[in-house]
Amino acid sequence: MAYFLQQLINGVTLGSIYGLIAIGYTMVYGIIGMINFAHGEIYMIGAFLAVLCFSMLGMAGVTWVPLALVLVLLVAMVFTSAYGWAVERVAYRPLRGSQRLAALISAIGMSLVLQNYVLLTQGAGLKTLQPIVSGGFVVYDAPDFVVTLSYIQIIILVLTVVLMAAFASVIARTALGRAQRACEQDRGMALLLGIDVDRTISLTFVMGAGLAAVAGVMVALYYGVIDFFMGFIAGLKAFTAAVLGGIGSLPGAMLGGMLLGMVEAFWSGYFSVEYKDVAAFGILVLVLIFRPTGLLGQPEIEKV
Amino acid sequence: MVDNAASGADLSRVWKVLREAGLTALIAGFLAVPLIGLRTIGGRDGMAVESRWDMLMIAVAVVFTGRLVLIALRRVLPRLGAGVGKIGSFGTLFARHRSGLAGLALALALALPLMPFSDRYLVDIATLVLIYVMLGWGLNIVVGLAGLLDLGYVAFYAVGAYSFALLGTVYEWSFWACLPVAGACAAAFGILLGYPVLRLRGDYLAIVTLGFGEIIRVVLTNWVEFSGGPNGIASIPRPTLLGLEFSRRAPEEQSFHHFFDIDYSGDHRITFLYYVILLLALLTNLFVLRIRKLPLGRAWEALREDEIACRALGINPVNTKLSAFALGAMFGGFAGSFFASRSGFISPESFTFIESALILSIVVLGGMGSQIGVVLAAAAIILVPEFLREFSEYRMLAFGAAMVLIMIWRPRGLLAHRAPTVSLGQSGARP
Amino acid sequence: MTAAALLTVEHLTMRFGGLVAIDDLSFAAADREITAIIGPNGAGKTTVFNCLTGFYKPTVGQLTLIRPGSEPALLERMEGFRIARAGVGRTFQNIRLFPAMSVLENLIVAQHNELMRASAFSIAGLLGLERYRAAEARALDRARFWLDRLGLTGVADRDAGGLPYGDQRRLEIARAMCNGPVLLCLDEPAAGLNRAESVALNELLREIRDTQNVGILLIEHDMNVVMGISDRIVVLDYGRKIAEGPPEAVRNDPTVIQAYLGEEEDADLRPEVAGELGRERRP
Repeated sequence: MAYFLQQLINGVTLGSIYGLIAIGYTMVYGIIGMINFAHGEIYMIGAFLAVLCFSMLGMAGVTWVPLALVLVLLVAMVFTSAYGWAVERVAYRPLRGSQRLAALISAIGMSLVLQNYVLLTQGAGLKTLQPIVSGGFVVYDAPDFVVTLSYIQIIILVLTVVLMAAFASVIARTALGRAQRACEQDRGMALLLGIDVDRTISLTFVMGAGLAAVAGVMVALYYGVIDFFMGFIAGLKAFTAAVLGGIGSLPGAMLGGMLLGMVEAFWSGYFSVEYKDVAAFGILVLVLIFRPTGLLGQPEIEKV
Repeated sequence: MVDNAASGADLSRVWKVLREAGLTALIAGFLAVPLIGLRTIGGRDGMAVESRWDMLMIAVAVVFTGRLVLIALRRVLPRLGAGVGKIGSFGTLFARHRSGLAGLALALALALPLMPFSDRYLVDIATLVLIYVMLGWGLNIVVGLAGLLDLGYVAFYAVGAYSFALLGTVYEWSFWACLPVAGACAAAFGILLGYPVLRLRGDYLAIVTLGFGEIIRVVLTNWVEFSGGPNGIASIPRPTLLGLEFSRRAPEEQSFHHFFDIDYSGDHRITFLYYVILLLALLTNLFVLRIRKLPLGRAWEALREDEIACRALGINPVNTKLSAFALGAMFGGFAGSFFASRSGFISPESFTFIESALILSIVVLGGMGSQIGVVLAAAAIILVPEFLREFSEYRMLAFGAAMVLIMIWRPRGLLAHRAPTVSLGQSGARP
Repeated sequence: MTAAALLTVEHLTMRFGGLVAIDDLSFAAADREITAIIGPNGAGKTTVFNCLTGFYKPTVGQLTLIRPGSEPALLERMEGFRIARAGVGRTFQNIRLFPAMSVLENLIVAQHNELMRASAFSIAGLLGLERYRAAEARALDRARFWLDRLGLTGVADRDAGGLPYGDQRRLEIARAMCNGPVLLCLDEPAAGLNRAESVALNELLREIRDTQNVGILLIEHDMNVVMGISDRIVVLDYGRKIAEGPPEAVRNDPTVIQAYLGEEEDADLRPEVAGELGRERRP
């Protein structure tokens, strides 16, 4: 029971991170119908920025953790969003309206570029971050197993919930959100109605990248180890989460992320760590067989 | 007066161009501040940061000039294009002289190892190119003809490679005996994977195939008793020529150099391998060219064009897709067992996602469905990094950038021309 | 009815969630006759077609295709592509050709199943055996017949997607015919055609009915087409059948006029005009 609870906590934490990245995939997919393959790299850049900023703050003598945390989050989000914007501008916008595979190949190319760019500029080795937020609560003290909820896990969960709520209200209430939903339904018509489609798409990339940056910062804090290749598998998982939840659906991305995080945590906890990726993809295939549009995706009515 | 006005306009144009390039450089500079300008290094107490403003300045300068060059190219290219014969008409040009060009390419490929300038290295690289040509042709069935987005093609390549490696090392089967088995194994995996997921929409298929590719790799890495795990499988038998081996120590009656009474040379094997993959690739090509003109091939293309219309015409979409998936997988399996046999050693390292991405780029860069396009793209994709070996650090960066640039330059691929598979002019019905 | 029933629709009901698109619809279509389904937009006409051709599974109802010399086919239980194989061909409201394939290829793909059998699932085809070559020659002849009939021979090798709109519509009909149907379902074949083209279409449909051994089921808004060529008309409104009969009877049926015009007083308009008006008014 105690062990189960611990895996649940770990799974939800991991799931929050997947969910944050997955939103970037699902929004971009919803609006321009492409798999933004470079999104995992954007998240990786967020993590690198986190390590960089924490190190600099450490050198500058800023030691009050909440201040450092806020500063790092801000800096990482600003720069990572800028990267997200630039990627769309350079690699995807010229290909809008071309066959979708062209954009996909361009995205794969961009992913290689970013990966190797960070490899070249920051080096191939692992970057470690000294624990910044340490400690936690003991949730349950069983004789054979102690369940802990660390502070960083709490931060991740709270931040995820706050960001999700903020995000949902942006989509639901603001002019930008309306423009995004309009572009999602019918880009041509949105353009005719005077919506600046290019700007809306750019902002979608910026928002997705911002969330990925948060995920990157949190991962750097949570695991304390990052490298330039971390974006690939995380991106793959997050995209899986987006599809699992029903691509194009924001709550779906979060739900998919949570589900995936928990499957991985429980599988690693009870069966084998090595095969956790197999379990994750296995779940994906199972869900898609029974619900071809994902858990919360709109069932498609075929228009004939 | 007129001159003044003209130079005024020129000036403002120059100013505009400079401003555009400057703006790009400014943005690049901003982006580069944290990742180029600063670098984390492992210090004694965790991480420290060092600054590299000189690198940042260089990067900004590179972006500025790069942008200027791009603007210039955009101005000049259309003007040049009209005269020099647009690259766009390449496709039609190729189409017109297709059989001639194909014949020429074939003759060149056949004669390559016999050329005076060719050496071991060249033939070896050509062999590698041909592996990717074959993989490209195989994936072309799935992506180019049937329009199914497969991001995990490497899985079938791996299945083929491991089938042969295991049969060859454990049961000592020969390459030629294993080849059909490896192909069948890969095709079976294709059907196994395809059956549940081929009903899914295109992009869902992409992620499931991608996941499948990863699963195969994870299993091969972790199931040590079966696959040797990360250490892979070594001493995989080489292909033989009618039972003749290409090794120095082979028994006399079974070795190539004894049989033909020539001195042993390692080049013989390299050349032989080259001809084997050439043969396999040509078989693949022949198959694809013929199947395109058969009902099955036409149904693939029709399915790519409009699945709903296909159903209304009585075409079974699932089975038709499945056949494309399985046949594409089969050729991947063939190529995989050749790969295993050529290198004599395989490990999961060789079957990462980047391979799938590489093969898919070959198909898309070549122009979907174009057979000659695949050859061009495979040659480019394998040779360019090979030439860039001196700049090995920047190799993958340049490779990724090239993928982006080529797609922007020619979104439909290098040769996007599609010739009808049947025409009224054609007398009778040659399949 | 003179000819035998080819298709019977009994108690067909289709619900999407709470929306009842078709409500207890029964009618029959006869062999070698043109049966038109008309009704205001949103009356459920295309939904009938989609149920018939297996794109939707009907909530309730039996759809039976009665082919002379073989077992009746229970369409509501079959998958879409099997329905097509059983002999129900169709065209689509928004044309669905294979745009990047040539006109001729479109017509050859339509004969897929026959050719597939002849090619022994590609093996005979790969080997270039005679039995496949003969089958392909027959397929080409059939395609050539339709190309000649429609005057498309000159563009046979062009991409179907590049044809003018009217030609695309006719090509779609030809493609459905090449599939060898016993029942041809046409979803607004005259939509977007000009006067001359729709007259030619009338001619074509009559000829198909009289020479090709098929029954035609037709959804159409163009009253010139409907009244000109239909042998029988079924009128739908809000998913229910409100009238059925030969054109003259339906033309003068007060319920029909009312359905097209709503509760308006200008019921003395000629039905063609009324039909057009009704379409404008009831989006």
